[in-house]
Amino acid sequence: MSRPDSFAANLRETFRRDQVFGPLRPGTRPVSPGHLDTGGKHILYMEDVTVSFDGFKALNDLTLYIEPGELRCIIGPNGAGKSTMMDVITGKTRPDTGVCYFGQTLDLTAMSETDIATAGIGRKFQKPTVFPEHTALENLELAMAGPKGTWHALLKPVTGEQRDWMASTLDTVGLLGERDRLAGALSHGQKQWLEIAMVLMQKPELLLVDEPIAGMTRQEVERTAELLQGLAGEHSVMVVEHDMEFIRSIANTVTVLHQGSVLAEGSMQQVQNDPKVIEVYLGESSS
Amino acid sequence: MRHSDFKTALTDHAAKLFLGVLFGAVIIVALLNLLVPADSALHVSSYTVTLLGKYLCYALLALALDLVWGYCGILSLGHGAFFALGGYAMGMYLMRQIGDRGVYGNPELPDFMVFLNWDQLPWYWHGFDHFGFALLMVGLVPGVLAFVFGWLAFRSRVTGVYLSIITQALTYALMLAFFRNELGFGGNNGLTDFKDILGFSLQADGTRVALLLASALALGGAFVLCRWITGTRLGRTVMAVRDAESRARFLGYRTEHYKLWVFTLSAVLAGIAGALYVPQVGIINPGEFSPLNSIELVVWVAVGGRATLYGAVIGAILVNYGKTVFTGVMPEAWLFALGGLFVAVTVFLPQGLVGLAKNLARKKKTEKDEEAHHEPA
Repeated sequence: MSRPDSFAANLRETFRRDQVFGPLRPGTRPVSPGHLDTGGKHILYMEDVTVSFDGFKALNDLTLYIEPGELRCIIGPNGAGKSTMMDVITGKTRPDTGVCYFGQTLDLTAMSETDIATAGIGRKFQKPTVFPEHTALENLELAMAGPKGTWHALLKPVTGEQRDWMASTLDTVGLLGERDRLAGALSHGQKQWLEIAMVLMQKPELLLVDEPIAGMTRQEVERTAELLQGLAGEHSVMVVEHDMEFIRSIANTVTVLHQGSVLAEGSMQQVQNDPKVIEVYLGESSS
Repeated sequence: MRHSDFKTALTDHAAKLFLGVLFGAVIIVALLNLLVPADSALHVSSYTVTLLGKYLCYALLALALDLVWGYCGILSLGHGAFFALGGYAMGMYLMRQIGDRGVYGNPELPDFMVFLNWDQLPWYWHGFDHFGFALLMVGLVPGVLAFVFGWLAFRSRVTGVYLSIITQALTYALMLAFFRNELGFGGNNGLTDFKDILGFSLQADGTRVALLLASALALGGAFVLCRWITGTRLGRTVMAVRDAESRARFLGYRTEHYKLWVFTLSAVLAGIAGALYVPQVGIINPGEFSPLNSIELVVWVAVGGRATLYGAVIGAILVNYGKTVFTGVMPEAWLFALGGLFVAVTVFLPQGLVGLAKNLARKKKTEKDEEAHHEPA
């Protein structure tokens, strides 16, 4: 926020009414690092986030809040900034300006990918990325929440309890029968599910799910919809997807991104009837 | 899912086979050398004993490289440096054992220091009179170097071909440094003219057999250790880092710690290999730091087959046996043969000899299955 130079403008900027988090910018108040504090109204705060690549603004003053336990769907045409937004949240990309907080205390723009993952943000990638040379079960073992240090990994075998947990998670996604198959040998849809199971093993507070149903059959899609709806409530889930029918079947709140900022937000009904949205997105896809 | 403890790593089928073949061969060679009279056809010469001991040291070095390259995907083109550093630590102990039996008969200083008109022992030579201290340095010096180097490289996320190039630069820089007389490691000539180790003459048959046995023990021990590690969650995580590092990072792993752990352990193993190598060949000089050595090492592992451990051992022994034979017949062609071998293995046998054997076994099995399938019809 470097534009306004005068004191008054600065003051106005600091106390902007649309910002929950304005006074808590880094530097204004020391942020206690470490544990996630979800005591606030929202679990994820993104404010005025701008990311530019060689002058192209992938995100342009994006402001977005996610509530605890919410299932939020993000839609938007190609290049709207959906993946960049996820990259910012997971620490892969650093924003040029803007604030990105997880809970009340964790400043995501200052944390490494590893720290963010440990703090409780799990991500399912667009392209399913499982470990192909490991079995399905081993993939879950790798993803399992818990200490991630080298000596721990060397000396502490998996307990029976953890084994049961892995088995039940595999069962949830319907892959229990494939537990000892190499992940690289699974079908595309199975890989998608395996990756969802891996994200679940991380016990995340917030799940970022990037195009979960790409390459799935109709039954698989229905199953995935059930799965995601089951997860919401206990976890906050953020789903990026192109398939409008799928979004319609699961969404409570939909956020439409366009050219790096939020174009509209609301229920599917509201969003669909928003003339701006119809123009840039729905209009395009229906024509 | 398997989480091997140390005992299973020692007693499972593959380990038993490996250790059985290794110690069986070594003990037979030792007995044929020591008990069979020299004029008998069955006698194994001391030259062969030492040659075999040398091969086992190379095999241990190859095992160390397989751990970082095969399992962790770090193609180190400078592992010869750790081998040479371990060798120098042992060489320094052996130099101190010479005492006043050198050419100049100086009880305080090694010959090359007398020659350079030095009047006292450099500080870093102190302590090497003690075998225990030398052994400690054999592991510590390569380990610390690998730790510092790896910490800087992995933290800065240097990977792939760039990492290979800087490991190559590392060993090259060390070679140039060790060539300098002022560094105090014998310069060009290195350390040689060793007399005895722990009071036993290095020329005696018994000492040579003991060194062979020590090499076999080190190789066997390292094999079991590596098998144990690769069977634990640590091993699986390391392989995950190899296959998809950024994914592992998103799962909350500090991948650089895992790489550093494996890289350091591997450097220590390479140092031990070097320390066993030097008393058997009787010399250590800066040539051991030559980048070519490290590249040869990569060829051994590639020929044997990566990420199997025993493949690296087989590759090291076979290629070095080939080298011994080849350099006897037509020495000038050896490097061409080595280069050709590397190209051939890369193109035709990406999984090495072990991969070839596995494929053949699989093919045979499916044929058998098909036959069994056809019979009832």
